[in-house]
Amino acid sequence: MANGNFETTIGLEVHVEMQTNSKLLSPSPVHYGDSPNANTNVIDWAYPGVLPVANKGALEYGMRVALALNAKISPFIRWDRKNYFYPDNPKSYQTTQSQTPLGTNGYLDVKLENGETKRVRIHELHVEEDAGKNTHGNDGNSYVDLNRQGTPLVEIVSEPDLHSPDEAYAYLEQLRQVILFTGVSEAKMQEGQMRADVNISIRPYGAKEYGTRVEMKNVNSFNYVRNALIYEEKRQAAALRAGEKLVQETRRYDEPTKSTISMRVKEVADDYRYFPEPDLSPIEISQDWIDEVAANLPKSAAQRRQYYVDDLEIEPYDAEVLTQTLAMADFYDQTVQAGADPKRAANYLIGDVNAYLNKTQLELQETKLTPANLAGMVKLIEDGTISTKQAKKVFEAIMDGEEPEAFAKKNGLVQISDTAILLPWVTEVLDANPQSIEDFKGGKDRAVGFLIGQLMKKSKGQANPGVLNQLLMQELKQR
Amino acid sequence: MTFNYFDHDLSDLHQKLLNHELTAQELTQATLDNIAASDGDVQAFLGTNGPEALQQAQELDEKGDFSNPLAGIPMGLKDNLSTKGLETSGASKILAGFKPVYDATVVQKLQAAGAISVGKLNMDEFAMGGSTENSAYQKTTNAWDHTKVPGGSSGGSATAVAAGQIPYALGSDTGGSIRQPAAFNGIVGFKPTYGRVSRFGLFAMASSLDQIGPLTRTVKDNALVLNAIAGFDKMDSTSVESEVPDFTARLGQGIKGMRIAVPKEYFEEGIDPKVAQQVKSAIEQLRELGATVDEVSLPHTRYGVAAYYIIMSSEASSNLQRYDGIRYGFRSPDAKSLEDVYVKTRSEGFGDEVKRRIMLGTFSLSAGAYDAFFKKAAQVRTLIVEDFNKVFNDYDLIVGPTAPTTAYGLGEEINDPKAMYLADALTIPVNLAGLPGLSINAGFVDGLPVGLQLIGKPFDEATIYQAAQAFEDATRWFEKRPAVAEKY
Repeated sequence: MANGNFETTIGLEVHVEMQTNSKLLSPSPVHYGDSPNANTNVIDWAYPGVLPVANKGALEYGMRVALALNAKISPFIRWDRKNYFYPDNPKSYQTTQSQTPLGTNGYLDVKLENGETKRVRIHELHVEEDAGKNTHGNDGNSYVDLNRQGTPLVEIVSEPDLHSPDEAYAYLEQLRQVILFTGVSEAKMQEGQMRADVNISIRPYGAKEYGTRVEMKNVNSFNYVRNALIYEEKRQAAALRAGEKLVQETRRYDEPTKSTISMRVKEVADDYRYFPEPDLSPIEISQDWIDEVAANLPKSAAQRRQYYVDDLEIEPYDAEVLTQTLAMADFYDQTVQAGADPKRAANYLIGDVNAYLNKTQLELQETKLTPANLAGMVKLIEDGTISTKQAKKVFEAIMDGEEPEAFAKKNGLVQISDTAILLPWVTEVLDANPQSIEDFKGGKDRAVGFLIGQLMKKSKGQANPGVLNQLLMQELKQR
Repeated sequence: MTFNYFDHDLSDLHQKLLNHELTAQELTQATLDNIAASDGDVQAFLGTNGPEALQQAQELDEKGDFSNPLAGIPMGLKDNLSTKGLETSGASKILAGFKPVYDATVVQKLQAAGAISVGKLNMDEFAMGGSTENSAYQKTTNAWDHTKVPGGSSGGSATAVAAGQIPYALGSDTGGSIRQPAAFNGIVGFKPTYGRVSRFGLFAMASSLDQIGPLTRTVKDNALVLNAIAGFDKMDSTSVESEVPDFTARLGQGIKGMRIAVPKEYFEEGIDPKVAQQVKSAIEQLRELGATVDEVSLPHTRYGVAAYYIIMSSEASSNLQRYDGIRYGFRSPDAKSLEDVYVKTRSEGFGDEVKRRIMLGTFSLSAGAYDAFFKKAAQVRTLIVEDFNKVFNDYDLIVGPTAPTTAYGLGEEINDPKAMYLADALTIPVNLAGLPGLSINAGFVDGLPVGLQLIGKPFDEATIYQAAQAFEDATRWFEKRPAVAEKY
């Protein structure tokens, strides 16, 4: 083991913002990046007398995540209040589920770098509301933006089953992909849509009790999580070797120094005075409801990869790339459904489309490309209507939202495969180049290339090379 | 024009408005004039909104549509009901000058009915108290004796109606805050079933106990107001999607054969013998009207006050955390740090009783105390619900005193919170069980009104109204006027 005689224990609490239309407890929209407090109303501001109404859609999104993580869904849930004062928390309590979490006893199978699969148990997951944001201005004032206040979150609490920073990293990657494929969140780290609270302790191998735990809250990059854990493993081991006693504390990851810094030492546990939220009625979750949510749950990345490889005969690596995001996988599925050849469609998405996305820094759903148009272009290539060379122009056009067949016709990009047109050209070129016929008969294959070149020039590049080649060989043999 | 609401009930006013014998403007002006003259004696109003009320009355007169039974008739609102643009402080310093940006659902409903709000009524700060002496602003007096408390927390609402200033008011009742001041002032006060009326816009004290209800001079008036404010509200998920009947429908049907239960515990500890006697003779009257009356037991009654003060204060401690000086209301001018903003704002902004309950509730919910306090109280609450359920298997109504005494002197009990808490012993169980409960005047002891409490099954307000109206019709105590009502 990398850390001498110490075993590392890591548990993760991951918060994911769920992209419902409205907030968990108010009708305000959920939308990132708007001007401060644009997406708020009296309920978000906790004006005197306002009441919450629970968003059923948010609960269903939570159920999706629970199902995707193989958790048992509670038949009865109640909301609880977690009480604490902070300016980004206008009611001074957070509405959460502490006594009756939505899901319990789940698991996630995580593929590790060494190829092994590790099952990480999910202790529980619950739905709760996000807080707003405090910012501290240069003018000495502090500002509160409540746009994020009330955004529904699902919090996923793992058992302490992870034993290295790399395992934690792999777990987060895998968890992110599972969540992406439930369709509840794009889980964009840079927008804070997925954040991890990290708990780590070390103990000598064989020790019965866990070591003293350190917590790092709201780490918003998987790399930061890994770096913070690597640092903590070393720091804690060094301290124990030096005979120091570790203290239970909250630390913060500092990227510039790739180290962690102590924030506050917990002498007594926080007392959040949890109690049942009297403003919201408890909710019963029937098996019928669970079945309905399960029926609408998008297929997971793993299910899709298997289908791509087994049924569509896609290379495993390509299947991996196609299932990086739900948007890409859905797009691919729809393109194939629209009649495109699976392999050619996959190649376009992985190659040209991805290159386009990288170049323009757009998300697939932000482009004008549609599955129908991509499938249309692939079909034009497949049936020989356009050449792969012509397809380059058509591709540019469909990325601008053009319909491929109409575009190809309008711009004379339709390939000429008609022998009635091609034959006179072949005769003409052969008549004009008797030396090439001689060379061909003398066994010089290069002559064919020259003749094809002449013919392509004559057709302004529009001749179907396959048909042309066949026709030329046939005519040459007759000379 | 002089005007006295003792001469007219809501139906009568409605007819006069329909027949154009009276305009909404005349009525509103007369009401405002009466308040201006009489409020020095009773101090029921924290503020009036004459210009807005008169403008609304004028619009109604111009439109001429008085088809709604409440259209064109003035009323008052307890100061914990959110009114857009109109100062609403919950009688607390922490919301001094606070102007809400939205109307409570009940306010919207009354406005839609054409009711004219003339002002906001005094109360105990955030509805915490039983005498209205915990108001941060003024001391309201009892309509019958200005040296006595009006009861509370809806003391302003009760006195204003009893003094004839307005025909009806809305109050809120968490542990008796409508029924007890109604009893002290000799009027009809009704706490509907929990979930019958939307709480959206009611400044929350204890969310699982709070309920809005009407205070009126007569039973029929009360039913008419409840008709206007009851019903499911999508903004309040604890409001109930149950059909709302016409609460006046069974008035006049009498109580022959009605099965009435009288809990013996309601006449035990701490009840003034004269009050007990008056209530017993009222119950005798019900028997004479044709009801069967039996003594029953609600054995967990004596644990009600303790359970209530834990549950109520726990919820209140959490609900009142939003008054933090950050977004609205008072912020201590001395606050230099975030911690200061919280500590100083709340220390300076809240009164003693509010602080007492916040401390009690915070303690009851804390990690070491939760099981022994909050959880235990919640279990007691279940036992109290079961007590009621058992009795209601065999009876239509439970009847007893509303309060153990008549109104006591101003300043008499304010320094003895425990005595004040015990005075709620007969109203509290009704809130814990979420039941409808009404208080009606059952006569006088030493010149002060005594309240008779009628408790019904969940969502069976109509039976309570039916019985209360039969009693009212037979006794006509409501016709007796306090001096203040003769004076102005």
